[in-house]
Amino acid sequence: MAAKVLHAIYNDDDLVLQAVKQIKEKNYHILEVFSPFPIHGLDKAMGLAPTRLAITSFLYGLTGLTVAILMMNFMMIEDWPQNIGGKPSFTFYDNMPTFIPIMFELTVFFGAHLMVITFYMRSKIWPFKEAENPDVRTTDDHFLIEVEVANHSEEALVKFLNETGASEVKLID
Amino acid sequence: MSSHYEAPIREPLVTGEKSYHDVTLDVVAPVEGKANKSWWLVFSIALVAFLWGLGCIIYTVSTGIGSWGLNKTIGWAWDITNFVWWVGIGHAGTLISAVLLLFRQKWRMAVNRSAEAMTIFAVVQAGLFPIIHMGRPWLAYWVLPIPNQFGSLWVNFNSPLLWDVFAISTYLSVSLVFWWTGLLPDFAMIRDRATKPFQKKIYSILSFGWSGRAKDWQRFEEVSLVLAGLATPLVLSVHTIVSFDFATSLVPGWHSTIFPPYFVAGAIFSGFAMVQTLLIIMRKVINLENYITILHIEYMNKVIILTGGIVTVAYVTEYFIGWYSGISYENYTYLSFGAATGAYAWAFWALITCNFIVPLTLWVKKLRRNIFWTFIVALVINIGMWFERFDIIVLCLSKGRTPSSWAMFSPTFIDIGTFVGTIGFFFVLFLLYARTFPVIAQAEVKSILKSSGDKYKRLREEHGDDHHVGEVEQFPASGGPSVNTEKNKSEEDLDSFGSNKENDDEIENALLDTEEKRIAAERLIDKVGEFDPKTQSEDNLEKINGLGPVTIQQLHELGVFTYNQVSKMTLVEYNDLDLIIETFSASVAKEKDFAGQAQKLKNN
Repeated sequence: MAAKVLHAIYNDDDLVLQAVKQIKEKNYHILEVFSPFPIHGLDKAMGLAPTRLAITSFLYGLTGLTVAILMMNFMMIEDWPQNIGGKPSFTFYDNMPTFIPIMFELTVFFGAHLMVITFYMRSKIWPFKEAENPDVRTTDDHFLIEVEVANHSEEALVKFLNETGASEVKLID
Repeated sequence: MSSHYEAPIREPLVTGEKSYHDVTLDVVAPVEGKANKSWWLVFSIALVAFLWGLGCIIYTVSTGIGSWGLNKTIGWAWDITNFVWWVGIGHAGTLISAVLLLFRQKWRMAVNRSAEAMTIFAVVQAGLFPIIHMGRPWLAYWVLPIPNQFGSLWVNFNSPLLWDVFAISTYLSVSLVFWWTGLLPDFAMIRDRATKPFQKKIYSILSFGWSGRAKDWQRFEEVSLVLAGLATPLVLSVHTIVSFDFATSLVPGWHSTIFPPYFVAGAIFSGFAMVQTLLIIMRKVINLENYITILHIEYMNKVIILTGGIVTVAYVTEYFIGWYSGISYENYTYLSFGAATGAYAWAFWALITCNFIVPLTLWVKKLRRNIFWTFIVALVINIGMWFERFDIIVLCLSKGRTPSSWAMFSPTFIDIGTFVGTIGFFFVLFLLYARTFPVIAQAEVKSILKSSGDKYKRLREEHGDDHHVGEVEQFPASGGPSVNTEKNKSEEDLDSFGSNKENDDEIENALLDTEEKRIAAERLIDKVGEFDPKTQSEDNLEKINGLGPVTIQQLHELGVFTYNQVSKMTLVEYNDLDLIIETFSASVAKEKDFAGQAQKLKNN
């Protein structure tokens, strides 16, 4: 996108939240907000859709459970139905109590790891990824709202952003 | 605006009037600074202990398990005792980061990072023992259900030792990603501050390119919450499965259904004791007293009281059931010539003293808010919980069902050396961590600063709950665009903080009690220039060799704040100061050349 954007920098989280609401009210388009820590209610104010990561985790957990059941059923009941210490290896159900710990662990294992990997992929973060925050202070104590200029008047927009409490407003071509 | 209301009854969790930037500076200080002498000293000791332990492990593996003090009756002793001990220590970390997150406990934020690090390093130590206590550790990979050339010979999923493999590896790996994901914003902060290219490179790799977008934070919080939800049952299951090693056996004293919850409670008990041990030292060594406050220590002590109580109830239950069951073997283990009166009575009473009697002192508020006493109790609990595992394992094995196989256990120096080695390894890892990782989850601490920081609590107390620091006028602002700019706001802040500018009259009352002194002071200020807090910032005069804090305090009262002012002084000013300030000596000032020193500091 070669469109012009404005970077408004704030130094207070309450201010950012208020500014986001005001910018939305004026129907300017917020491209991104960078902050050093999570601001409660920011995603709602910006109108971000809720994340579905928890749902993926649930599905991954079910996958793990299935893997555990299939694995142990095959190895202990179908492939080598041995008598080990008198444990009944006739059906999966007969010997199920001793399978529960591993069924549980694999459910958690799959649910946790695959969800984290999904998070990394969706948010595009991985070991050699270059950081994309436009101002280094946004990981310390500053907050940055990126607003698209589009067909609005630049001057009016800058003035407006200043009035919402921005400590700096920069034009980025 | 969102409200940061918190009941005034709650004590502040962050003291020292910190701002967001202060939090950053305090967290990066140990990472950006250099290690001091005491760090190197402790690190060297830990490294030597680790290398010694490594030697013991290599010796064991190459010579045989016979080099340990085990015998045919007692096949598990220090190895599994240490294993369970280390796993138990690890549990506090997950409890702090996961369970306390589910309960929305804000005090966890300052301690979770280090507690999780402790978990990971402790589980690494624990993970060594299942390998090295094997007779043939090079075949350890056979515990994994990997298709193979033996007709695909599988493992036996009935054994708790196999469950251990799954439990410990899941626990370690999930704790690791939980910890690492939480570290990303903090690594990003260090990355963005780093000035040296090498440091910048390292931290940009570690931070995975974290940028802190709104959507990233939304996902981050959801991931943290779900991981906490998964880690909580995980932490309960892991020590439960470890307890199954004993509880599913037929050994009297081991076969017991109380073990799973009792082991978990014991794990949290010992884990919190270790967190206390580490944090009490850490907060002092790297100046984190404002984040890990006495309140944090008290809260952790309360968890220790609770879990210690649960453990004690479990001891009593075991005894009661030993008698109530009417089984002579059980009765024997616990009552007849067993725990309390047999050959290992010393170990049993060490356990009772360390885990029950000493922690009782924490019911006294004065003692549980006493850092020194907390440290002692934490150490005692660590020892006591080691004895608990030793008692369960060795004591029950030593007198089994057949009297002809009764035996005693005594460790060899290899047993001891291996244990010492793991302690050394643990501290090597922890010390390296403390110098390279952000030890406080700064992103989380910043998010509670406004609700639980002492500055904001004080402001709410003074101005009511709706007060906001740096509040801007709603759009459109009446004073025009500049009304909300930095300068205006900081003035506003100053007002709300209550002015601490010196009053001229006060100075006269305090120091300038004679006309002579007053003239001298005026002459001084004429020469060195006035200090204007609006445009100038004050320098750290303590850097001038020969100036003590008391003298500096009085210089401040006179209006001397900067190197620039001091650098303009001559013998006349030294003599004037000698006259006004009692602790100031003109001859010392001349000898040490205050002005010259200040000139240098000014140019730096």
